[in-house]
Amino acid sequence: MKPLVDLAQVIRTKNAGPFELTIDIIFKDRETYERIKKNNSLNAGVIAKLYGVPEEDILSAIYFDPACAFKATMKRQIPCGAFGERDIYGAQQHAPLLGLSVEWGDCDAADP
Amino acid sequence: MKPLTLLSPTAILGYGFPDSSFERGLSFGPDVIAVDAGSTDPGPYYLGSGKSFVARGSVKRDLTYLLRAARSLRVPLLIGTAGGSGAKPHLEWCREIIEEVAYEEGLSFKMAVIPADVPKPYLKEALWDERVTPLGPVPALTEADISDSTYLVAQMGMEPFINALDNGADVILAGRSYDPAVFAAYAVWKGYPTGLALHLGKILECAAIAATPGSGSDCMVGFLEHDQFMVEPANASRRATVASVAAHTLYEKSNPYLLPGPGGSLELYQCKFEQITERRVAVRNSLFRPEASHTLKVEGAKMTGYRVITIAGARDPRFIEPLDEIIEGVKERTRENFNWESGKYKLMFHIYGKNGVMGDLEPNPRPGHEVGIVIEAVAETPELAEVVLGFARSTMLHYGFPGRLSTAGNLAFPYSPSDFKVGEVYVYSVHHLITVKDPNELFPITFEEVRS
Repeated sequence: MKPLVDLAQVIRTKNAGPFELTIDIIFKDRETYERIKKNNSLNAGVIAKLYGVPEEDILSAIYFDPACAFKATMKRQIPCGAFGERDIYGAQQHAPLLGLSVEWGDCDAADP
Repeated sequence: MKPLTLLSPTAILGYGFPDSSFERGLSFGPDVIAVDAGSTDPGPYYLGSGKSFVARGSVKRDLTYLLRAARSLRVPLLIGTAGGSGAKPHLEWCREIIEEVAYEEGLSFKMAVIPADVPKPYLKEALWDERVTPLGPVPALTEADISDSTYLVAQMGMEPFINALDNGADVILAGRSYDPAVFAAYAVWKGYPTGLALHLGKILECAAIAATPGSGSDCMVGFLEHDQFMVEPANASRRATVASVAAHTLYEKSNPYLLPGPGGSLELYQCKFEQITERRVAVRNSLFRPEASHTLKVEGAKMTGYRVITIAGARDPRFIEPLDEIIEGVKERTRENFNWESGKYKLMFHIYGKNGVMGDLEPNPRPGHEVGIVIEAVAETPELAEVVLGFARSTMLHYGFPGRLSTAGNLAFPYSPSDFKVGEVYVYSVHHLITVKDPNELFPITFEEVRS
């Protein structure tokens, strides 16, 4: 396992329209990205568990090769601006990812 | 052959740009200047209330530069989603600013104005005809949602802009528009491939946000050829990199390979990004797949009440520790006190320093040595919101809890008056797709000769 913060250069969340929140994780280099992708270290299940939401609320989880990025989109808890809103832009919902460790594959045991 | 050159001055009209960047952008000899003015990001208030979320002075400042440059170079200026949300009052607001600038600057031009308002009877008929579908995890549309909406807008694609260009418009001011359309329309009008034009538009619509270091208030230049496009930030201290441009393709979208818009989808499965110079990136193989039936996005907002808030802090660990119980106690007292108003108001406590940002999603809801508290009441009338908020505030201030030593008061208020009337509260009422026969049918263009 490796801390995600050591592997990524961008970890962010933002609204994707008023009803969805989208997570972007852009890795530091292609090698790191390919290894994460090969191990499927990030997927809908990992994100659902991290945020404590049902997996069906994760609408998509996609690896995007051109940007060395993983992207997951989840249903917003409430629509943007509805009563109970805490983050209109959805730009500060990334914090749990900063504490996430992800599967690093075969060499895990050998890693210090 | 010189590529088609497009100048995007700023991410949102009114966000500004440095003079030097704009001049450098103009030095490339743009064939068109275009700017997107809108976003749903700031929430439903702006569409619902008909107000702009960017200050008038900022928009006027940008428009002064843009109109001067477009008229002196004799190139079209396209503005999408006027006033931030692109409904009638937003469009009128922006039109008035343009006319004011033209008068002050001594500019004359032919302006196309394209509203994007959806008449309520039209949308109801579409609902009966089953031409309306939810866009994403959105409840099914009801007739009441339509009736209750203050403004309803459809997001126009390139077609109304192309129509305006065909008619010789120098300036095109449009209501709600698909963000890339203001850029792509001119390119497609000039005969360039739709896929490349739209993908370029996607990147240019946020201007230098797609550069590194990124900025929402700086210029980006696009260069379009028939088999590729290139982007380069006008400001020499920024670079476009494969990472910054590819990453921008992800921004605010659900699926980065398939980007749906009016009339079809942009497909990026085969797309290639290449670093051409230190500051310039080329992109190839972006494809547009038209859909069989033409759909447009419709947005609406409706008013749900009036909001009053108060801001306070708490520093006493004996108060912070049982805060959840205290909040429940305050809510209960409020319910009892106004039991005949039940269902007419809502009360909420935001506890900053604990879970103020993430609420139930917060993995670490442990408060620090002090907390910030925002109490919020939303009610059917402004008076009831004021009454409920005032009662909750005074109840929390003097609330007796076990172990209390500080019997003078539990809250630190930074302000007098302590309560703030925020005003009308809106929610999104419509976020749906509608199937149309003609991509122009909701966007009746008018032309006017603006004279200095």
